[in-house]
Amino acid sequence: MANMDENRIVASHLSYAYPEAERSAVKDVSMRVKKGEFLAILGHNGSGKSTLAKLFNALYVPSEGTVWVCGLDTKEDEHVFEIRQHAGMVFQNPDNQIVATVVEEDVAFGLENNGVEPALIRVRIDEALRAVNMSDHALKAPHLLSGGQKQRVAIAGVLAMKPDVIILDESTAMLDPSGRQEVMNTVHRLNDEEGISVVIITHYMGEAATADYVVVMDEGRIAMSGTPREVFTRVDEVRRLGLDVPPMTDLAHMLRADGVSVRADVLTVDEMVEEVCRLSSKI
Amino acid sequence: MSIVIENLNYTYMAGGPYETQALREVSLTIEDGEFVGLIGHTGSGKSTLVQHLNGLLMPTSGRIMVDGLDLADKNTDRRAIRRRVGLVFQYPENQLFEETVEKDIAFGPKNLGLDDKEIDRRVRDAMRRVALDYDTLHERSVFELSGGQMRRVAIAGVLAMEPQVLVLDEPCAGLDPRGREEILSLIRNLHSECGTTIVMVSHSMDDVASLAERVIVMNKGQVFMDGVPRDVFSRGEELRAIGLDVPQAVQLAEKLRARGFAVPEGIYRVEEIKAAIEAIVGKGEKHA
Repeated sequence: MANMDENRIVASHLSYAYPEAERSAVKDVSMRVKKGEFLAILGHNGSGKSTLAKLFNALYVPSEGTVWVCGLDTKEDEHVFEIRQHAGMVFQNPDNQIVATVVEEDVAFGLENNGVEPALIRVRIDEALRAVNMSDHALKAPHLLSGGQKQRVAIAGVLAMKPDVIILDESTAMLDPSGRQEVMNTVHRLNDEEGISVVIITHYMGEAATADYVVVMDEGRIAMSGTPREVFTRVDEVRRLGLDVPPMTDLAHMLRADGVSVRADVLTVDEMVEEVCRLSSKI
Repeated sequence: MSIVIENLNYTYMAGGPYETQALREVSLTIEDGEFVGLIGHTGSGKSTLVQHLNGLLMPTSGRIMVDGLDLADKNTDRRAIRRRVGLVFQYPENQLFEETVEKDIAFGPKNLGLDDKEIDRRVRDAMRRVALDYDTLHERSVFELSGGQMRRVAIAGVLAMEPQVLVLDEPCAGLDPRGREEILSLIRNLHSECGTTIVMVSHSMDDVASLAERVIVMNKGQVFMDGVPRDVFSRGEELRAIGLDVPQAVQLAEKLRARGFAVPEGIYRVEEIKAAIEAIVGKGEKHA
């Protein structure tokens, strides 16, 4: 088994088939999520990326192969609650995962279920809401919050469990641009400051570009992996897999086709500005 | 067929503790055959506005005229207006309910009391427009389809009413890039080939920049800007001040200008910024 001090999640030859399905949704996937890593999983609809995420916190149990979460095998029933405490999950629809009528009670839900003592629950709620910048809304009714705020409450609910990994399964898909930014800023801060590993499943290439490492799924298998620069530079391959590349990478690709020697691995507007400056100073 | 909006005001939950004025003094005319991109921060009033375009919401005050008919007039056949102005809601696939793709698309035309032959023609035609193969899919359950296909079935259900104006509220929300591209290209085709007037609500500035001929920006229930994309997107500072982005091509153009490069004003498409960069650094030598 892989070294668990450095790895939060390890998948080894992982396959999963839905009951009565003819084909496996995930096929022979081996990968890991390192301590403190920010990992993005991409892939078109039906590529197996959400199934993979659900295998990461024992919502699904592998048909073949093994997943270890912080050293715990997800196939062993007695580990399920511990695993979900280590690897918390935030889902797509902000309206489907809030259970209480008051924000702070929603954050307390998992703690209460785990029998944490009330005084400690109070401390954890306050910490978690502060970490997602929602302390001012602790006593509000969740339906009065924006989508981005609801997702931050859901993240707080996960944080209160003191997880090592947070998995976001298209958690920004239903949000507007500012809500998306709120959620991304929050998880990046938790990753930077608290060293929590983050796995995001996303369709937004801009979000994936901010990750340390990108895995692209296709037909249940890992089709590409590497740093965002390594992956997005392979523009044609990424497109064949039904994905976009960030607009500036696309522009770099088009410029290079015209013989302009910008770097192929440009991801952001600022990097493109630097490239233009560099090339123009040569003239 | 034009839609004329005059001094439209709309208040949600009037008189209650959560009373909110969602629209204030909105006046607009949407001309026949236009492609309008409607943008604005969440809560800016854009969804409330589009629900007025076919009489789903009635103004608190002000007037909406569709093809010269006042929607508030008791003599106006509001159902006839809804046939002409089709509205595709956010996540329209949540409203699919029939056993098969064909039945779901046929639901609207059937309620119009059309004969079977005409209903069949409309279903086939609508499926063709949304690029769903009739032969392989018409008997399938809608719930066996992919997310992108379900969304296209939902849009086909509206198209089967043969509307002259199609209003889409964030038609690409939640789809993967391939699904997004499919929806955008079918909207583009409806506009260019069938001449359907399109009003598209979107959060994606890049989508609006690539499709719309006119951009209306809503803020706090009012029309904040209204013009061609070139003019609207050249006001980047004002857009950012109300919480909106500009397309990345515009951001790049602004930053290059700030560095002293001669980048023409009004650039908002990727091809344009590419040409501007090539003018600055020169096209490279292509090796034959």
